[in-house]
Amino acid sequence: MEELLAVSNLKIHFPIKRGLFSRISGYVYAVDGISFVLKRGETMGLVGESGCGKTTTGMAVLRLIEPTNGQIMFDGTDMSQMNRSRLRSLRKEMQIIFQDPYSSLDPRMTVNRIIGDPMGIHGVYRGRERDERVDYLLEKVGLTPEQGRRYPHEFSGGQRQRIGIARALALNPRLIIGDEPVSALDVSIQAQIINLLIDLQEEFHLSYIIIAHDLAVVEHICDHIAVMYLGKIVEMASYRDLYADPKHPYTQALLSAVPVADPRRERGRMILAGDVPSPIRPPSGCRFHPRCPRRMEACDRAEPVLQDTGGGHDVACFLY
Amino acid sequence: MRQNIPDRSIDRNVPAVSGSIREALGDRRKVMRNHSDLLQVEQLKTYFYTSEGVAKAVDDVSFFLRKGETLGLVGESGCGKSVTALSIMRLVPEPQGRIVHGRVRFDGINLLKLPLNEMRRIRGNRISMIFQEPMTSLNPVFTIGDQISEMFVLHQGLSKKEGWDRAMEMLRLVQIPSPERRVRDYPHELSGGMRQRAMIAMALSCDPEILIADEPTTALDVTIQAQVLDLMLKLKEDFDAAIVLITHDLGVVAEIAQRIEVMYAGKVVEEAESLAIFGDPKHPYTRGLLKSIPKLGHRARHGRQRLEEISGIVPSLYESPPGCSFYPRCPETMAICRERGPELIDLGDSHRVRCWLYNGR
Repeated sequence: MEELLAVSNLKIHFPIKRGLFSRISGYVYAVDGISFVLKRGETMGLVGESGCGKTTTGMAVLRLIEPTNGQIMFDGTDMSQMNRSRLRSLRKEMQIIFQDPYSSLDPRMTVNRIIGDPMGIHGVYRGRERDERVDYLLEKVGLTPEQGRRYPHEFSGGQRQRIGIARALALNPRLIIGDEPVSALDVSIQAQIINLLIDLQEEFHLSYIIIAHDLAVVEHICDHIAVMYLGKIVEMASYRDLYADPKHPYTQALLSAVPVADPRRERGRMILAGDVPSPIRPPSGCRFHPRCPRRMEACDRAEPVLQDTGGGHDVACFLY
Repeated sequence: MRQNIPDRSIDRNVPAVSGSIREALGDRRKVMRNHSDLLQVEQLKTYFYTSEGVAKAVDDVSFFLRKGETLGLVGESGCGKSVTALSIMRLVPEPQGRIVHGRVRFDGINLLKLPLNEMRRIRGNRISMIFQEPMTSLNPVFTIGDQISEMFVLHQGLSKKEGWDRAMEMLRLVQIPSPERRVRDYPHELSGGMRQRAMIAMALSCDPEILIADEPTTALDVTIQAQVLDLMLKLKEDFDAAIVLITHDLGVVAEIAQRIEVMYAGKVVEEAESLAIFGDPKHPYTRGLLKSIPKLGHRARHGRQRLEEISGIVPSLYESPPGCSFYPRCPETMAICRERGPELIDLGDSHRVRCWLYNGR
């Protein structure tokens, strides 16, 4: 089977509780009906601005957040139907790399333990086998086995992110979710980590979901990209189609807003008015319509659905 | 964790700026300077004395700022770009941080020698600063109007009432929707983008000659960043202020700076016009940085090429071995690089580079 992960109509609504009796006074519609498919060995990018639901989606795929509605199929089985022990064994198959390499490593553990402990917890690799695997992983991510005896504070940000990657690889996962894996790193270190992620994907035949706001980084790493806005996917396409021919007005604005390191470039920027609305009271109809430069009459009444405009380029917009 | 989710529905009725901004504010600019160099930083050294040793955060930095220009200070974390700005403002946290050497000439005076009460009259008035995180630099217990009007009361001796009117005017200038309502809001009631606009309003309220912006858009989403950068460019024209833009983002600096200082480990390693920095970079560090960033649309057009890495890690400021601070990471290192640190070498066309490769040219 080609598909590793299939998410359909995923909804995650967080209740807002008020007052003495924690009465539910409303919901944050963090993710509101999204579907996508990740093929084996491929990389899916989730992009969008803060509050669009990209991180929440990643957490739901890992089942760190219970979805309100919808289905997540991993390798052909429905994750919501699984009991605790099945789910626990499935956790080996999917791992996460966090944004902040400082707060995501336990400062009281040596690197050897940070990488080796998950193997003990899941009962894979014991004794000398485990030590050998830790050394092997350290070398794979560009560190030395000697460094395994040290503590996280002895490493720089880029090196810590390498440790986080080694930990994610420890259990031979099939899926790795990277939540802003390079955005906390210095510019000169970003390229090292991006190259490492791409090399490891080829070597271990990994599938990635990369959550990021940097559109140039996402283009470089991802095969398919979903652009999210207020809990919805507004456009989904291959990197080639998305960057060469962005169709949704939001994607167009997002791409044109990226500052480009070339002072000769024409500054033909498309500047959106206003802020991203609150996901507690999303606008009626198309959620982008209040900021959309190309809105039409229908846009505030009906909600456009994500449709294939040809060649697997999906857009949710009445223009198409 | 504070989320960047605005707590209000959006307001699309951004008021148009009516008339000239100078007219609106009245021409209150002080006697015009006749020097073309508005600010000169000379051999600035700012060190931090900590239990772990001496961190040479800024280690012999010199540059100048012309009237009305936008100068970019670019570099990675720890390169000394923010400490340079804090040194100019005399806001280096004491007693650990100390300006141990150098001069900052502004309007014929050395700011580093100025008594504190006189420095206070310059700060926020003739030189003002905006910071990366507007939530931590605005006072949470006062309204936006209180905080902006204070600038007018303090620096220009206006009454409280006049100050409020001016504050409202400033909010209109930075295109905050319904300013008459927003002026009574507390910082937490504004979205991230609006808070940064309010900071800009405050910084520009006394019509400063220099605006220092330290990562002004780093905490903002990309569409909001575009709004704020656009606003800064527009206001710079109207206010005729010079901007020192501090950023790690090469894209942002390419969009708005005319000249650029590239900093590495407390030193300026390259200085040139923006076009030359991006079109014809000389220092191996500048070249490496430009090659290491993925470029938007590049893979879609040309396929994936491996990113060029700068090997190694950003050096610690506590140890400064002899020689060029970039040599352990440099792909073009020579014998001399390890022994002696290069001086800034003038290549003509106001392009200067701190690298032995250009010695004797």
